[in-house]
Amino acid sequence: MLNQTPLHAVHQEMGGKLVDFSGWSMPVNYGSQIEEHHAVRRDAGMFDVSHMTIVDVRGPEAKVFLQYLLANDVAKLQTPGKALYSGMLNPQGGVIDDLIVYLMEWGYRLVVNCGTRTKDLAWISLQAKDFLVEIEERPELAMIAVQGPSARTKFHSLLVSTDVAVAENLSVFSGAFLGGERANWLVARTGYTGEDGYEIMMPAGEAETLWRFLVNAGVRPCGLGARDTLRLEAGMNLYSHEMNDEVSPLVANMAWTIAWTEGRDFIGRAALEAQKADGIRDKLVGLVMRERGVLREGYPVLAAGVERQGVITSGSFSPTLGYSIALARVPVETGDQAKVVIRGKEVDVTVVKPCFVRNGKPV
Amino acid sequence: MSEIRSELKYLSSHEWARVEDDGTVTIGITDHAQAALGDVVFVELPEVGAMLTAGQEAGVVESVKAASDIYSPVSGEVIAINEKLADAPETINAAPYDEGWFFKVQPDDLEELENALDSEAYQASVNE
Repeated sequence: MLNQTPLHAVHQEMGGKLVDFSGWSMPVNYGSQIEEHHAVRRDAGMFDVSHMTIVDVRGPEAKVFLQYLLANDVAKLQTPGKALYSGMLNPQGGVIDDLIVYLMEWGYRLVVNCGTRTKDLAWISLQAKDFLVEIEERPELAMIAVQGPSARTKFHSLLVSTDVAVAENLSVFSGAFLGGERANWLVARTGYTGEDGYEIMMPAGEAETLWRFLVNAGVRPCGLGARDTLRLEAGMNLYSHEMNDEVSPLVANMAWTIAWTEGRDFIGRAALEAQKADGIRDKLVGLVMRERGVLREGYPVLAAGVERQGVITSGSFSPTLGYSIALARVPVETGDQAKVVIRGKEVDVTVVKPCFVRNGKPV
Repeated sequence: MSEIRSELKYLSSHEWARVEDDGTVTIGITDHAQAALGDVVFVELPEVGAMLTAGQEAGVVESVKAASDIYSPVSGEVIAINEKLADAPETINAAPYDEGWFFKVQPDDLEELENALDSEAYQASVNE
């Protein structure tokens, strides 16, 4: 029996094509993934992301615990509501998961991937033993991401004026609780699409009402298929594709998320320092193919004068650009031209920075 | 439910074949196949004049989600391909049995199609 989000019946009613996603019955699309993708780039779309795991961390040592647990430094979060993207590493310097951590008045809130939930919770609990912290999963919360150039305005249209002011004042990558009856709604200006918008965490029982309100406001329901092509165009990593327990953040374009604060001992630091001393051999790049066809995960990447092969970690057709794009892990000496082997045939690709589309426009 | 047409022959790999009045065979993918693939973005067809062997790879259909090989249900020479699919691959999603056809073959031996599935057998294979 697959897990169901509080919106499961609504997805069925609205024609969602439900698939098994890491043990959850989730909509992959509601008809056309491409149309849903365009809705987010041009107007507004929304995703049920209630399958993601929310974990609250409280207690007198919450800050020092997270400074040890995470590769990024939560000390950067100065005001409640501010968020930070971080890897959670193992002692070998591989990535256990990537997550967003919010500073709250009462501690911290983590949002981690659903596919890694079990090992994440086990790891966090194990590490927490030596600290005065309480770890609490929040399965009773639902989460809806509303994304796109019109997303914020459409969401504001449902709010009372005091809440609109709260939402309007949010800077990028920060969140705030609303007021009154919605005092337990955390609205964050975050997302996974390369567009402006919100991720909203709220009690499960209130998710359906919000979803229907947003539909009436002209926000298009979107499945996980569009979520994947949107994040790929935005050059954002997806756990178990661009990185995993055996892949270092230093070869996954995540060096910017590692805070090397003098004297801060975080899990994986020693391994990362050793990797740097040995020399980093791979890098994560973007690939663009103008020829007809689609780049797919697992296809080999060859470059002239480079002995080792690279590999595509995520690939798809880009609905915004009209041709295929991919993320690939390749040897650092790879230049700006390469070849991808598609069903035995070598096809030319251009190597670019791993970001293809931002705010509706090609980069 | 996906549409399955009674007058067509099928492969369990989700191609359909229609015998035309002039004895040629038109080939495409089924409604079930297009729904499973999702938005089709690209199709690689055989060249006109190519000789195909039944059950062998004749092309590739790529959706946003996945690439899938296309097999020919009959042996013979390719006499036409659906040029419109190059610019409008979404036609395959919209009309898989009509405007979304892939290619036409002048078959070596029409009796080869006896090995293909009829609509009931295909329905059963889809239900498995």
